[in-house]
Amino acid sequence: MPKDTSIQSVLIVGSGPIIIGQACEFDYSGSQAARSLREEGIKVILINSNPATIMTDPMMADKVYLLPLTVESIEQILEETQIDAVLPTMGGQTALNLCKEADELGVWKKYGVRMIGVDVAAIDTAEDREKFRQLMVDIGIKVAPSHVANSFLEGKEYAQEIGFPLVIRPSFTLGGTGGSFVHDKSELDEALKRGLEASPMHEVLVEKAVLGWKEFELELLRDKNDNVVIICTVENVDPMGVHTGDSITVAPAMTLSDTAFQDMRNQAMKMMRSIGNFAGGCNVQFAQNPETEELIAVEINPRVSRSSALASKATGYPIAKIAAKLAIGYSLDELKNQITRTTSAYFEPALDYVIVKMPRWNFDKFKGANDTLGLQMKSVGEVMGIGRSFTEAIQKACQSLENEAVGLGYYGKSLMKSEEIIEYIKTPKWDRIFRIKDALMQGVTIKTIVQATGIDRWFIYQIQNLCNIEKELSHYSIQDLPADLLKEAKKNGFSDEQVARILKYHCTDDEVYEKRKALGITRVYKMVDTCSAEFEAKTPYFYSTFEG
Amino acid sequence: MTNVRKPAVLVLADGYVLHGQAFGKIGTTTGEICFNTGMTGYQEVFTDPSYYGQVLIMNSVHVGNYGVKKEDIQSDTVKIKGLICRNLEDRFSRYQAEGSVEEYLLKNNIVAIEGIDTRALVAHVRTKGAMNCIISSEILDVEELKRMLAEVPDMSGLELASIVSTDKEYEVGSPDAPYKVAVMDYGVKKNILACLAERGAYLKVFPADTPAERLREFNPDGYFISNGPGDPAAMPYAVENLKKILDEEKPVFGICLGQQLLALANDIPTFKMHHGHRGLNHPVKNIISGQCEITTQNHGFGVDPDAVRSHPDIEVTHVNLNDDSIEGIRMKSKPAFSVQYHPESTPGPFDSRYLFDDFMKLIEEHKLAATAEGY
Repeated sequence: MPKDTSIQSVLIVGSGPIIIGQACEFDYSGSQAARSLREEGIKVILINSNPATIMTDPMMADKVYLLPLTVESIEQILEETQIDAVLPTMGGQTALNLCKEADELGVWKKYGVRMIGVDVAAIDTAEDREKFRQLMVDIGIKVAPSHVANSFLEGKEYAQEIGFPLVIRPSFTLGGTGGSFVHDKSELDEALKRGLEASPMHEVLVEKAVLGWKEFELELLRDKNDNVVIICTVENVDPMGVHTGDSITVAPAMTLSDTAFQDMRNQAMKMMRSIGNFAGGCNVQFAQNPETEELIAVEINPRVSRSSALASKATGYPIAKIAAKLAIGYSLDELKNQITRTTSAYFEPALDYVIVKMPRWNFDKFKGANDTLGLQMKSVGEVMGIGRSFTEAIQKACQSLENEAVGLGYYGKSLMKSEEIIEYIKTPKWDRIFRIKDALMQGVTIKTIVQATGIDRWFIYQIQNLCNIEKELSHYSIQDLPADLLKEAKKNGFSDEQVARILKYHCTDDEVYEKRKALGITRVYKMVDTCSAEFEAKTPYFYSTFEG
Repeated sequence: MTNVRKPAVLVLADGYVLHGQAFGKIGTTTGEICFNTGMTGYQEVFTDPSYYGQVLIMNSVHVGNYGVKKEDIQSDTVKIKGLICRNLEDRFSRYQAEGSVEEYLLKNNIVAIEGIDTRALVAHVRTKGAMNCIISSEILDVEELKRMLAEVPDMSGLELASIVSTDKEYEVGSPDAPYKVAVMDYGVKKNILACLAERGAYLKVFPADTPAERLREFNPDGYFISNGPGDPAAMPYAVENLKKILDEEKPVFGICLGQQLLALANDIPTFKMHHGHRGLNHPVKNIISGQCEITTQNHGFGVDPDAVRSHPDIEVTHVNLNDDSIEGIRMKSKPAFSVQYHPESTPGPFDSRYLFDDFMKLIEEHKLAATAEGY
């Protein structure tokens, strides 16, 4: 069945002001959705309180309302404009909450507006941790043991029952405010008090913390016929305990066997099909016990998210664009892959490159802010590196941070001694990845670093490969630098400037550039085409790398 | 250098040459080049008997990250003839792993080459089509390799199933299981047997050259025709055998090569594909139910779509959403059906496991009907 022709006009709800945890990714998804719906001849009406967005450009929609994101504004729009349906899944949690509120007040019903893409029950299930937990138990998906506590005493009792380490999550606060980890009994009282005080209804969730488990995110699409595809699997380099928005993440997953991945895929599909009426993009997060490969579900977001924007860029698959088409009634098998234009949109992208996302923090602008990473997201942006190996991708990401890093291979010299670094990297902070590299340069063992950080050793091996190249480079001057070594450095993402600084006698990046040009070590360009070159791409985008 | 490896060369039949580093066994190997786009499950792919005779490019850029583990194998030995990768990892991370990919390739005498621009190579194969190739880490003279490569026979017309089939009959599952299934082994994957056995089938697996009369002695409730390597058109013995099996009017289920043999048994020709389907993301639509499945595929031959569609006794059940190729068929006059893809996956999605349930249901219905007739 093709699209629902009764929908002639759609209201897209934006995400409002840019704050930490909710930024331009929703401008991206909103704009994509607007374009996608207008392609279908549907009239698009936008509401957003933030004029500094692409989506509110007059070119993007048939009508743009720059109004506060409140139910009153929605009513005003509905009074003025004929709207058949509202699409709440493009503007983050803000849009979902607003649409839910309007639903509870009967606004949609009053004006005959259908909610498309998601229903209120699905929003509730995903947001209300107790409902989510109960649903997971019902469908046989494991979750971390937890209890809702409404008093200090109750909290203590549940803490005893569940055992340490724990997470205390206050109910109904934004972005993890007031939440904290409790590693042992000595920290419990204070954490409980803080959590209860932070919650407007004096309620906290006492939950078992799976610290040290690996964290994965799956980006999925589901259509009205219950067809589900996994668009992208993202692995967090940092283990559980660091907010995903503050984690260095990698796509595709680097350390998952097929057995482990299929288990995750099966569970994600089961979860997605269980949350009620839904057609569009969705995000599911899992924690995996690295020893037993046991999984627990962490959360499900029935909307496009920060991660789906990343997944779209990482795979070439336009999640928001397709999600908008699914919301108006198309099924995946009726749509074409937007990159190849000949193959089906019902498929799972295959990547022949590695994507590394690194968060960008601005602690220097927030004087006095605690720079330890945890439950609450603190980064203000992110960069993405693409390479034909993890090492190349992470180097590119580090080079893009605009913080003098010029890559992971070189970032000044740490003044800390090995023992100090080992202590330092036990706590997740913005510069941990750089300090891990310092530790490896100083000869700290992989085992020690893995124990201190909980980061999967595969990633540490890769960083060690970079250290080995850096050490090798430092033995040479630009004149006697062997061609093979220079090529290996370039293939592993070292920038010319980085090489110039590492060499025994520092030289300029121009000298490195001239040398490699003379040796024929030059960039080649590869496509992000969703399909690992299996099909011809019509509208790919490109990244540079070194081959041969 | 951080990574001192011997140089190695890859030469394709059309003269395309790439240089890389040796991995696995030092030596020379030949076979037909193909590529797999899957991002997980390399060990399952390496041990899949349908890959026998193929030199495999893994499109995914890191291979070996999680080592190897015995339970992940699909047959007892590595079946690919050679391996081509961008980055083969000698250091791995998985608590449950038993060793590295390098040790594994060495133990299985597999010649591999890494450091290859696999993306350029895949684009070449996609454009020029499947062809033979040679990898060597002992002979680096390209002209000599070209001479050696010229001696390698073409995949078209090659019968390979009997090489990877079992030598001896063997049983899987409990003799007390409710159903008995005879498995024709042309290179069957372990997980196919597991999928049948866990649904209540007691299996007897037979070598490729077993005559239909011998299968009948087992008195099976149904027959399974397995996947396998090589050109189905070079297997008239298997087609004749399948015709006799079909005459028994008992349920028959075929996978991959099994589908091609079912087509040939109905006088539908097979053909060699330009570069095949190999990966874990192939979209298939079940046109009976309307549901879609993401499937695991591994085939270089297909069944003729026009002959299938004009055949009076054959119904198309599944189609490929990318290229409209035939993915599943069933006979109208007999309880026989097949799919071109791999519902057992390993590696790959579980979306199509229902086909094993369908087979068991078909067997049960036939058993009931036969019992009713008997009274």
